[in-house]
Amino acid sequence: MFVLKHRLGDGAVSVVQRLVPSKSRLARLRSASIVLGFALLSAGCRYAVLDPSGPIAAKEKQLILISTGLMLLVVVPVIILTLVFAFWYRASNTRANARPDWAHSNAIEVVVWTVPLLIVITLGWLAWTTTHALDPYRPIEENGKKTLEIDVVALDWKWLFIYPEQNIASVNEVAFPVDTPVHFKITSDTVMNSFFIPGLAGQIYAMAGMRTELSLVANKPGTFGGLSANYSGAGFSGMRFNALATSDADFEAWTRKVAASGHPLDETAYGELAKKQENSPVVYYAPGNAGLLQSLIDKYRHTPPPEHTGSPMNASAAK
Amino acid sequence: MNLLLGKLTLDQIPYQEPIIMGAVGGGALLVLAVAAAITYYGRWTWLWSEYLTSVDHKKIGIMYVLLGLVMLLRGFTDAVMMRIQQSMSLDPNPGYLPPHHYDQVFSAHGVIMIFFVAMPLVVGLMNIAVPLQIGARDVAFPFLNSLSFWLTFSGAMLINASLVFGEFAKTGWAAYPPLSELSFSPDVGVDYYIWGLQISGIGTLLTGVNFLATILRMRAPGMNMMRMPIFVWTAFCTNVLIVAAFPILTVTLALLGLDRYIGTHFFTNDGGGEQMMYVNLFWAWGHPEVYILVLPAFGVFSEVVATFSGKPIFGYKSMVWATVAITFFSFVVWLHHFFTMGAGANVNAFFGIATMIIAVPTGVKMFNWLFTMFRGRVRFSVPMLWSIGFIITFTIGGMTGVLLAMPGADFVLHNSLFLIAHFHNTIIGGVVFGMFAGINYWFPKATGIRLSEPLGRASFWCWLVGFYVAFMPLYVLGFMGMTRRLNHYPNPEWQPWLILAAVGVAIIAVGILCTVLQIVYSIWKHEELRDTTGDPWDGRTLEWATSSPPPIYNFAETPQVTEIDAWANMKANGGGMFVRSTPYEGIHMPKNTPAGLLMGLFSIGLGFGLVWHIWWMVGVSAIAMIAALLVRLFDDDIAYIIPADEVKDTEMRRLAGAGQS
Repeated sequence: MFVLKHRLGDGAVSVVQRLVPSKSRLARLRSASIVLGFALLSAGCRYAVLDPSGPIAAKEKQLILISTGLMLLVVVPVIILTLVFAFWYRASNTRANARPDWAHSNAIEVVVWTVPLLIVITLGWLAWTTTHALDPYRPIEENGKKTLEIDVVALDWKWLFIYPEQNIASVNEVAFPVDTPVHFKITSDTVMNSFFIPGLAGQIYAMAGMRTELSLVANKPGTFGGLSANYSGAGFSGMRFNALATSDADFEAWTRKVAASGHPLDETAYGELAKKQENSPVVYYAPGNAGLLQSLIDKYRHTPPPEHTGSPMNASAAK
Repeated sequence: MNLLLGKLTLDQIPYQEPIIMGAVGGGALLVLAVAAAITYYGRWTWLWSEYLTSVDHKKIGIMYVLLGLVMLLRGFTDAVMMRIQQSMSLDPNPGYLPPHHYDQVFSAHGVIMIFFVAMPLVVGLMNIAVPLQIGARDVAFPFLNSLSFWLTFSGAMLINASLVFGEFAKTGWAAYPPLSELSFSPDVGVDYYIWGLQISGIGTLLTGVNFLATILRMRAPGMNMMRMPIFVWTAFCTNVLIVAAFPILTVTLALLGLDRYIGTHFFTNDGGGEQMMYVNLFWAWGHPEVYILVLPAFGVFSEVVATFSGKPIFGYKSMVWATVAITFFSFVVWLHHFFTMGAGANVNAFFGIATMIIAVPTGVKMFNWLFTMFRGRVRFSVPMLWSIGFIITFTIGGMTGVLLAMPGADFVLHNSLFLIAHFHNTIIGGVVFGMFAGINYWFPKATGIRLSEPLGRASFWCWLVGFYVAFMPLYVLGFMGMTRRLNHYPNPEWQPWLILAAVGVAIIAVGILCTVLQIVYSIWKHEELRDTTGDPWDGRTLEWATSSPPPIYNFAETPQVTEIDAWANMKANGGGMFVRSTPYEGIHMPKNTPAGLLMGLFSIGLGFGLVWHIWWMVGVSAIAMIAALLVRLFDDDIAYIIPADEVKDTEMRRLAGAGQS
């Protein structure tokens, strides 16, 4: 069973791709959301999950709205019928046609089994297609731009971001250019955490000795809150970071700033960083130690894992 | 390490924490007051022989319900503390609970509500109703039943002991490793968690065995499986789930215990440990557990809706097959608790769709309750109010559940307050409402006293309104990106919703107060609220065919069942259990025994010793438990005969009482 679970190997990652909604679709979604009673929720950028700034999060929002709409087809009649039946067949209503021996009807039975079944078949089909489309491991192609690689390490209680190509690293702040696919490789050097930027994409667990992956694209520049979505101990509430989606030029400037102001992420610096600390400030490192992620994973894996078979259903520890 | 006290030292007692000491002091005063009252009224002997050593399923059921309600007060206090903390703790205000305390509070809240509120209430109602509904005189193994209760009680007391001695787990109620491993949680909190759940879990497993045997082997003649009341069907499926699922929890906690006690590496980060294994095993138990709780609640609603609509349940066979389908599917959905752990899209989609399939039989049940009311004569007594509140509330909870079953949606909603809102929506709207419906429905049967209707209605409306005010904001906060278990937060736009949720909790508090008042008032006014008929609701099933409370043997003559709704059928055909065709006979019944109580109390010592590494206490307690068990097992004098004359007198009194009204 374990074999089923993980795909931590070379699996090419990630997410998003062709799901970029057009302006008009977004507009339609917004009006649909109002129809669905989510008027309050779509009011503004306060609703991180319902006000996406990237195609994955947008698709996830759309999925939430469509599923909710489908289910309301059953939920609303059930609620209305409950109230109507209870009211009309109240014992004191002499006009109601009470039939105390009536307890079976093939026609009704057929309907009550079929209607939920049809809705679940529709939802099941939707689940199958969207689960594959929104798989965080699925690679993104976005205007042929080169994917930016970022390694992520969850620590007590802070996030370390390593840029192997730029040879820099930062704590509790991550930056990437807009409209560029970003690929995160994620691990933990402590307990289980969950890497989550609600406005941009879904979350994925960070676990020691293992590598998970997540891809995303930001379509709008801005500062997005990121956090750990899985409780990890005393400093968990302060384990937050900012994700800066910037223009290409601003991203260049940011990397230069980090390169200029950082100190090396060597063994001593990392040992210091790995100590428990709450509400950690932003720290920059340069050079950034490109091999750190893999060495942290290897630290917990004494024996080399078996060769990856290539099947997406096979688990293997990260190489 | 100290040989006498293990790891336990005086500074492990949190004298300096006014909140804890206040709670402990208040609790101690309450216990003392109860003890003083029992002494004053000279009821110790009565308590000993009627309850503490009783093997009567009805008395054990009452004790389970009482345990569940008392622990509800504790679990709810934790909820109030969390809501107050989060309504204050917008940065830079740290609130009044530091993480060290707050993290224990939310962990204890989950553990207590699931294991020591919901489980005792569910098992309590099964104890009260199942043997009566199948026309039996007791459960299959009465002593085992007593032992089950006392082990559950001991688990609860061990969790309570963590308030005074040391601390509770700071890991969340699921205690995921590696956080729950010794290297990250060196304190005794996780050990309290492990042993509290192990001890009560054994009790629950024994209950499962007991009720399976009871339902399979002890039904009245003529009651084949397809004539069992729906509550018995749901109890049957729940006990199948208990027997299949609880051993998984036992083994999982044992492996975690081995990691913590002897340094194995089952779930550690290093040494080849596999934390994902724990997560899988925990939820392989945890998801069936959800249905262990909610199926009996569905059963209660089926009984209540049929009774108060004055009709048989609509689509009995559909109901049964829907229950069986839910039982089966509850075992193939566990992975939906961790879509975000890195499984591939095929795996996630499989478990997502399996989860959605459960919505079909559940939806069928909803419709069947609806069509039971259809063409009925609906009486809005308190149990029926809870049932209607349930249908509406649970439908919403089911909808958000299917949404979370959609892996693509779960990636943004997992571990958010949306998830918290969802499972409270189903557990409060389903299990808690069901248990209150059941308590109001069967209280007259178990005690002979009807519960006050006005206070019952007040309690219902406070819970219903309070629930929506407390949890709808959590759905909103989930969409705003707020995750669970936050001690403090940076976003000022969350605060108004959190304050609103705290108001909802205050309304629920009034509802709980009304329930407590309802029970106290009804016992106080027991003369005027006495149920002399044995059938106060015009019931349909066999528990209403005997007096309230039933005599210890339940039925003087074993009922003969020819149809579903046996009692309604007897009433329709005139007479039924009121007509006596044969002379009274002596009845063979099990004797009281203190063995279950003693084993339970010794297991507290065992658990406490294990938590604190007080090895002499572990040894003494274990030997004492085994000794108590052996004495009981080699005791041949465990039953007695109630003479025919005594049965006849009792029955005459019952018939005279029923004739009066």
